Amino acid sequence: MWIWADVADDDGVASSALELLTKARTLGDDVSAVALGPGATGAATALGEHGAMRVYASDDEALTEPTSRVAAHTLAALVREHAPGVMLFPSSYRARDVAGRLQAITGATLMANAVDLLSPDRARAEILGGTTIVEVALEGPAPHLVMMRPRSFEPEAVGGAAEVVRVEVVEPEGATAARVLEQTDAAASGPSLDGAKVVLAGGRGLGGPEGFRLLEELAGAIGGTAIGASRAAVDAGWVPYAMQIGQTGATVKPEVYLAAGVSGALQHAVGMKGSRRIVAITKDSEAPILRLADLGVVGDLFQVLPALTAEVRRRTGR
Amino acid sequence: MNIAVLVKWVPEPQGTPVLGEDHLLVRQGADGALDPGDEYGLERALQLVERDGGEVVVVSMGPEIAVAAVQRGLAMGANRGLLVTDEVLRGADTLVTARVLAAAIRSVGTVDLVVAAVESTDGYTGTLPITVAELLGLPSVTFATSLDVEGTELRAERQTAAGTEVVACPTPALVTVTTGVAEPRYPSLKGVMAAKSKPVDRPSMADLGLTDDVIRSTQTVVAVEAAPEKAGGRVVEAGPDTAGEIADLLTEARVI
Repeated sequence: MWIWADVADDDGVASSALELLTKARTLGDDVSAVALGPGATGAATALGEHGAMRVYASDDEALTEPTSRVAAHTLAALVREHAPGVMLFPSSYRARDVAGRLQAITGATLMANAVDLLSPDRARAEILGGTTIVEVALEGPAPHLVMMRPRSFEPEAVGGAAEVVRVEVVEPEGATAARVLEQTDAAASGPSLDGAKVVLAGGRGLGGPEGFRLLEELAGAIGGTAIGASRAAVDAGWVPYAMQIGQTGATVKPEVYLAAGVSGALQHAVGMKGSRRIVAITKDSEAPILRLADLGVVGDLFQVLPALTAEVRRRTGR
Repeated sequence: MNIAVLVKWVPEPQGTPVLGEDHLLVRQGADGALDPGDEYGLERALQLVERDGGEVVVVSMGPEIAVAAVQRGLAMGANRGLLVTDEVLRGADTLVTARVLAAAIRSVGTVDLVVAAVESTDGYTGTLPITVAELLGLPSVTFATSLDVEGTELRAERQTAAGTEVVACPTPALVTVTTGVAEPRYPSLKGVMAAKSKPVDRPSMADLGLTDDVIRSTQTVVAVEAAPEKAGGRVVEAGPDTAGEIADLLTEARVI
């Protein structure tokens, strides 16, 4: 069984890789990770500690070209040589691109939005915005490709060291014709969405970028709080993509999730419905998010949020 | 410049779709439409062709009723359409769908750009367009928030895990776009009328050179269950006690 590890030269290995390793170990002892791009070799330590026996690694810069063709063809060659039965992927941008291309090259099945793998040919997946869980039988040539939703498993270190196997880079013709002209890092300020105990999310109902000020004030009063956004608010250009929660953004599971002016479309729901407690404030009494909420408030968020900030300040003395 | 735009008919674009007894999405009789997510890429494609010349072809696979999605694309201004419909494609997985769409794109002639949404509203696997790109041997830029073409090179700003990047890529190429890429126009009455006389190609599997072995799905749903429902939630009208109620919940959760 193989897993795809997203790596970066500065942040090391993505936690998704450790989640996938933890799952893979429950289905067999022979688990390998594939890490392609700068930082790959350095990631082998963490991958080994989480149960990878082998790490197929290359730090070659060419693997990061933006179309993912080089990474996909390099991985396809590895897969042909070693014939794993299953390969698990995270649901990241890069993994989608690599897995999508690998499917075309190998003719293997690709299951997206999986939340569990029962056996090499049986997966469970969330569909319809996470309202329904289906069990799917996978057929066709190996390896079956399964993309897991983030945070489907809790990573667990077992100790151990991985053997690092050098990977030859495969460049299909014309594969490096696309190039990155500029890069901008848009890391959100304050606590990260991933670890925060409280997440406040703003949507179209906030009316504009200035609406997020209300969330910042509330976050300051609560403390240890991260601010996120719905896709609608990100697409409108109000806040950077790094703040997006949902299918194409972050998946969060905080103690308390408070959504303001978010309708709770399927797209958004899959990224937050695992939260321990959910509060939603919306003026739309038909908004789907109210069905997910422990406490749904129908009303004017421009009145509710400042009143809540004042009440929290009163209780905390902040 | 010729642009193929991949479009999808989805059931209940604003609501929650349902599964039938065969564990497949109920499509017949559903209140379906063109996937709203597809309109953004189509709009950008129309803008590029209006500026530089060429034509826009909307390409789709789906049941008979999906012709409505193609018609909507034509009403917005696309020059022609192509819809692949066949009973054997019901329940097709992403690989089969990608093979059909790749063959369909090949059949429309010279294409400089293939545009698709980053993911569909109903299935949201987010991998289909890139599989099509690989089948066609094309480079790709995914998650584009802006898209322009100059001569034989496209430029796109795209979202990445770390932030954003600007990518230059030679055409022909495939691009997936977010809803930030353009503001879709509403079809005019004239557009709706004109759409009726625009050509819609309806190729068969044989026309596309697709044999049974390459269109056999590799995924079968064997069981369905509802995800655990949220129990005990309540909805209240905002009032003088609201702030206190939410603060109580925060206190109970021990986050304040």
